[in-house]
Amino acid sequence: MRPQFNFFKNVDKLTVFLYLCLVTIGWISVYAAEISETHRSMFDFSQSYGKQFVWIMTAIVLGIIILTIDVKFFPAFSYIIFGGSLLLLVAVLFFGTTVNASKSWFHIGPIAIQPAEFAKYSTALALARIIYESKSRARSLKELIKPSLIIGLPVLLIFLQNDTGTALVFAAFVLILYREGFLPGWLLLLGIFAVFLFVLTLLMNEFIIIGALTAIFIISAIALRKKPAIVKQLFLVLIAINTYVYVVDYTYEEILQPHQKLRIAVLIDESVDIRGAGYNLHQSKIAIGSGGLTGKGFLQGTQTKFSFVPEQGTDFIFCTIGEEWGFLGSTVLIGLFLTLLIRIILLAERQKSIFSRVFGYCLASVLFFHFLVNIGMTIGLVPVIGIPLPFISYGGSSIWAFTIFLFTFIKLDSRRLDLL
Amino acid sequence: MLSPHQSSELSSRRKNVIIFFIILTGLIFIVRLYFLQVIDHRYKIFASSNIQRVLTDYPARGLIYDRNGELLVYNEPYYDLMVIPGQVREMDTTEFINLLGITRTQFENRLQSARSFSRFRASVFERQISMNTFAALQEKMFKYPGFFVQPRTLRKYPHPIAAHTFGYVGEVGPADIAREPYYRQGDYIGISGIEKHYEEVLRGRKGTRIVLVDALSREIGSFQDGRYDTIALAGTDLHASLDLELQKYGELLMQNKRGSIVAIEPSTGEILALVTAPGYDPNLLVGRIRSRNYRMLQNDTLKPLFNRALMANYPPGSVFKVANFLVGLQEGGITASTRYSCPGFYSSGGITVRCRSHPQPVNAITGLQYSCNTFSCIQFRNTIEQPKYGSMQNALTTWRDHIVSMGFGVTFNSDLSHELPGLIGSSELYDRIYGPRGWRALTVISLAIGQGEIGTTPVQLANLAATVANRGYFYTPHVVRAIGHPDSLNPEFRQPNYTTIDSVHFETMVEAMYQTVEDGTARFSRIPGITMAGKTGTVQNPHGENHSAFIAFAPVDDPKIAISVIVENAGSGSAWAAPISSLMIEKYLTGEVKRRWFEQRILEAEFLTNE
Ligand SMILES: [Zn+2]
Repeated sequence: MRPQFNFFKNVDKLTVFLYLCLVTIGWISVYAAEISETHRSMFDFSQSYGKQFVWIMTAIVLGIIILTIDVKFFPAFSYIIFGGSLLLLVAVLFFGTTVNASKSWFHIGPIAIQPAEFAKYSTALALARIIYESKSRARSLKELIKPSLIIGLPVLLIFLQNDTGTALVFAAFVLILYREGFLPGWLLLLGIFAVFLFVLTLLMNEFIIIGALTAIFIISAIALRKKPAIVKQLFLVLIAINTYVYVVDYTYEEILQPHQKLRIAVLIDESVDIRGAGYNLHQSKIAIGSGGLTGKGFLQGTQTKFSFVPEQGTDFIFCTIGEEWGFLGSTVLIGLFLTLLIRIILLAERQKSIFSRVFGYCLASVLFFHFLVNIGMTIGLVPVIGIPLPFISYGGSSIWAFTIFLFTFIKLDSRRLDLL
Repeated sequence: MLSPHQSSELSSRRKNVIIFFIILTGLIFIVRLYFLQVIDHRYKIFASSNIQRVLTDYPARGLIYDRNGELLVYNEPYYDLMVIPGQVREMDTTEFINLLGITRTQFENRLQSARSFSRFRASVFERQISMNTFAALQEKMFKYPGFFVQPRTLRKYPHPIAAHTFGYVGEVGPADIAREPYYRQGDYIGISGIEKHYEEVLRGRKGTRIVLVDALSREIGSFQDGRYDTIALAGTDLHASLDLELQKYGELLMQNKRGSIVAIEPSTGEILALVTAPGYDPNLLVGRIRSRNYRMLQNDTLKPLFNRALMANYPPGSVFKVANFLVGLQEGGITASTRYSCPGFYSSGGITVRCRSHPQPVNAITGLQYSCNTFSCIQFRNTIEQPKYGSMQNALTTWRDHIVSMGFGVTFNSDLSHELPGLIGSSELYDRIYGPRGWRALTVISLAIGQGEIGTTPVQLANLAATVANRGYFYTPHVVRAIGHPDSLNPEFRQPNYTTIDSVHFETMVEAMYQTVEDGTARFSRIPGITMAGKTGTVQNPHGENHSAFIAFAPVDDPKIAISVIVENAGSGSAWAAPISSLMIEKYLTGEVKRRWFEQRILEAEFLTNE
């Protein structure tokens, strides 16, 4: 076997192309969102867009380095990397600095690193390894214990850092558990139904829902009075649902803290707190909404300039895109993300190694969750949870972490014939 | 257990479910965006009525009072017309330019330059609009989206005095902004004088308010309940050490003359009066008339912008004998009882210095009293030719160190802006001119009578008078006595600076200066009822008439004021500078001047033309 000097052989060009499109759009958007009148150069390193350029360039270098690593390294070192990142998560609790109430940053000179961003990657590696190793083909809820531990540990540590947004991202791994057969489909449907009921409970008085469900039950009970066994089962379902509705309502009213409550309340009616929690959402919708069909044009946005929403270039970056590039531009961006996600899933499906497949699905799940929550919150479909839009939002940790994540998978895919 | 076939079929179904979810999410987003961006027009209306305007609250600059609490500098409100180019919409331009009295081209040009500065930040469109324009604009502001009126303040001076000391305020330049990020384009900064030295104290802190305005440019509320607003902090008031009445009187006496008066309170170093003549009205260098007036003053051949009190480099002439005698006494070149007779000139090695006729013989006291050049030259030579120094260089360096300890040849580094050090000849200087072996005591003998390689500023001469008044030390002369509260004395200048001369020798000079006024060269300037010590000087001026110089302090036993006066091209020190000093001292110590004829003579004198 001749030594392989061509590290880029079999690299999926479409994925790399999509990646380059997204980081470029990100850089331009950060520039448009944060342009300083006195430092107009896109390469002014005192400004966030200048720094973003550096982050992107270094990320690409990192990506290339990853392509040169022996593919066997990733499964072999997955636990070590995972353990290391857990250690970092513990260390940041003691030695980290607090930004926006979250103690989740390491400051090394001028560079700020958020270990939680990298924990997603290491968790994916560990999850891929443990599912790859599980001997039994049979997948049941019992087999869930080990994967759950792997997901749960970093989640716990990130919660302790008071970084709820990042911790929630780990919920994305539910998708991979479903894909690998750990979770039956009905559970997923149940979950969606639960979310639907949840929203309904918040929208309406819980007694109306309970009353309506009870009425439906009574009508069906009369219709099915000759089949008492089914009626009995229906009755149990009714009790369960009503309890859930009540618990949701109670949790919302009594347990959630006021600021968390407001984040949900403003989704339904942003005017409840137009100067506070509803403010960001309201401004965000105005910015995007005023973009119209074709947008106001590059740097012509009026709402995203000096609007003093602190997350202008980070979590609310989609506002700038919506305002300046309009419906068409937003649709193109969404299209790019959908293409990337589906491409990753299709690549994952063609893997011979379970490790690579699981890892690919992990990548797709995490990217999808960020995409769903970030864009969803800017257009008022999801509560405001501060997580970045991958490859687009300003921030070194985010860019680096997603780049490492993506390029590891590209590498695994390019050597799919060597890994079993 | 599932068969592999069943298993892969299941997997494929799950894959499709996941892809379906992803596409569904994308579709929901696109539909939602379609409603937000294309169908629903409310957001475009919201956007046009959701204009944030960043307003800067400019704090009032600190006021400046005199030592008795009289107001010297205050602020007067005015208005700038501002524009945010990104918010300018269709409007009746004709009406607008008529209101402002500008042409259409000017309108376009200003808008263009504002746009090139920033589309989203406010620029000044018209500075200092008149009250009439302001009233007319205020009513119609809603017709001109993107324009608004910004209240500002300008410096105002109730008394047109002490312009150089106050200095002036102007707009920051790019260098200021680069140096200190606090400043933004359009801010004011102290450029000279007290305004410059105490800039950080006087300026206070700007506040920022973000308000929301509707499409008609009306404020509809604060942004996020003022979460990002910062409160403006007014500047701190300063209490200048100047005495308003004395300063005014000094400027009056110096009218139609060129020169300077510096009066210092010896016990504190506080400057009571700092007169530079000719001066100018500080109200000339304010606001938009500033640059025009500045150019005018700059082109004035009388150089009114030149701060003579701190920057003019005069040879001190005979006034400097006080300092030389002190060095001679300290170094043992003479003693208090050393006597010489004066033949009316000093001559040695081909050099002759003339003297006048006066009683004989002379010692350190009478030598000063009659300003004897012969005694001065002999004592200077005796002092620096002492064998203990080993070399001329050592001797002159010792002499110079003593002189520097009295505040000459260096700046005080106090709150006086643009102060210059003057010049005291050094061994290095003479080595450069004559070569290391090319000079001796006689070469530099002119130093004995305060001429030659020697330049002193009026404030240094006043400080010499204060040092003698204190019998050997001085407080750094300064113009701001307290910051904030009148009792919180400026801590910068509370340490006495000791000279290298023993106080016993100062007592000798106090007596000599007292005799100078009682029965010496300054006897015509005696003030009835007040003991005064002084020294006259007539500075040889190769370019024209001699300069008249005088230093003094009074009362002799409890000095309240020390003074230096220089009148350029006026002639002898006893004729002009000494009478002016005596009037200033009388005014300060008694509050009024009784010698009207004496005063009248000074007021009528005019020395501007005979350069
Ligand atoms: Zn003589």
